[in-house]
Amino acid sequence: MYKKTVRRRRAVLAALVALSLILLTAYFGEAPNGGLHAVQRGFLTVLEPIESGTSTVLSPVRSLFSSIGNAFSSGARKARLERELDKTRARLIAYEGEARAYRELAALDRVDTKLSIGRYKPVSANVIGYSPTIWYETVTIDQGTLAGVRDNDPVIDSEGLVGKVALAVPDGAQVMLISDHEMAVSARLDGNGARGLLKPKVGTPDDLLLEYLPSETSVSPGEYVVTAGTVAGQGESLFPPNVPIGEVTSGAGSGPYSAVNVRPLVNLHNLTTVQVLTSVNGSPPARLTRLISSLSLGQPSSSAGSMAPSSELAAAAASTGGEG
Amino acid sequence: MSARAEGTGRQRRTLSLEGAVPAGRRWLGGAADGGSGRGAGVATSGLVLRIVALAVVTVFFQSGVVSEISLFGVRVDLSPLVVAFVGFICGSTIGAITGFGVGLLVDFTLVQTLGLTSLIFTFIGYWSGRLRELRDPQATLMPLLLGALAAFTSLAGYALIEFLLGVDAPVSTELVREIILGTVVDTIVAAPVWALVRRVLQGSVTEDPRRRRRRAYTTGGLSPLRRS
Repeated sequence: MYKKTVRRRRAVLAALVALSLILLTAYFGEAPNGGLHAVQRGFLTVLEPIESGTSTVLSPVRSLFSSIGNAFSSGARKARLERELDKTRARLIAYEGEARAYRELAALDRVDTKLSIGRYKPVSANVIGYSPTIWYETVTIDQGTLAGVRDNDPVIDSEGLVGKVALAVPDGAQVMLISDHEMAVSARLDGNGARGLLKPKVGTPDDLLLEYLPSETSVSPGEYVVTAGTVAGQGESLFPPNVPIGEVTSGAGSGPYSAVNVRPLVNLHNLTTVQVLTSVNGSPPARLTRLISSLSLGQPSSSAGSMAPSSELAAAAASTGGEG
Repeated sequence: MSARAEGTGRQRRTLSLEGAVPAGRRWLGGAADGGSGRGAGVATSGLVLRIVALAVVTVFFQSGVVSEISLFGVRVDLSPLVVAFVGFICGSTIGAITGFGVGLLVDFTLVQTLGLTSLIFTFIGYWSGRLRELRDPQATLMPLLLGALAAFTSLAGYALIEFLLGVDAPVSTELVREIILGTVVDTIVAAPVWALVRRVLQGSVTEDPRRRRRRAYTTGGLSPLRRS
């Protein structure tokens, strides 16, 4: 009886561990549109309304706990914000004059149109859940494909870039934050325009790393980093250009390329409302990227219609002002 | 002996072995002694239902409410605590199965790599049960210690497996800080979670025979010296 029980116990453990490893290996190895991902998507589709309802019902409890949690860090946060306010106030006065001149130029060159996010059809969404681990920097929002949200759509809030949609279902979506280890954003320094690749330092969500800057780039702390207008990697997603991401805190590393540490402008630990830019894929920069990727594969773009690829490339480049 | 009489006798023997197990279908009778004759969990249908309800409520409460609570810059994670306490109360087999189920639910809900959390939580549930079966610790602070161990195993396990999966992450002081603070924060909330889990499972779990014996000795009820 004793041996039988021990055998059964060990068999159960072995079976569960084996099953976990099989799932892990299969999931890790398959494509994003594979079977397990599809099951996960279906599960999220079913679960999302329940989760959304639970979040709404329990929102008073959440507020209470959030207040308690914030009380622990409010002192240090207040001091930091006061220091930032002092710096920002001085900077604001200096920049106001420049901003006036900039607005005049923008009006002349229609730059304001490019900076406006209105044309990307932003969809407002509430954040209803966070991933509890530092390995998956994701949040769940309450708007999905029914509101026009699609996979890889950029997500912003009032302060800057938040991330992109990792998985969209009818009533909700999972948003991968810019601090997730799988994220990489093509970004540039707002001051001198030097471009690089912005990646998170995994395990340090308050610190991003702008890599592959030209070695001669001179960067000063406090300089802003904005999106360059393209994503680094495959896929159709394209962040609109000039969306603020963070500010440079210090230099990091040396070699053929230089890198700088960047602190996100967005408080990724306290997101409540975000905006999903739902029509970025149809924007001129997106078309340009798709066209370039199709040309690199040696295939003419099928979406070009009657327009020849070269002429479409020229048209797209002209419409984006050379971005991307 | 008639079939009816045999059945009655078997039923009597079962009840005398299982103590306070309520009426209901047994699912994992072998887990009653956890392999050592001292375990705690016969999985009746009532117990299974309670564990399933506890797991589902935990995962939803975690993703909808608790995940937004940040203490000392880290988020509270109830799931490993619940798995560890279920394993500690119900035994290693039930603990492992609960860990696997809760882990899978977490992976599905948070769109994480399937199997990762299941693997970690399976071990947490199993070894929490084994701790009870092998050592049967009675200390008052045991739930806090177990909560700390479960939280640390969860955080360190995540880190280890992510490294094994090839995530390009330097071992930074921030990561170490995150693991330590996460363990501390989960330890702080371990006491109420323990009370809740124990209350939910109360009445569905077989009482440990050795505990009954020990209590009887301390109260003088079954002392062989007194009896002699």
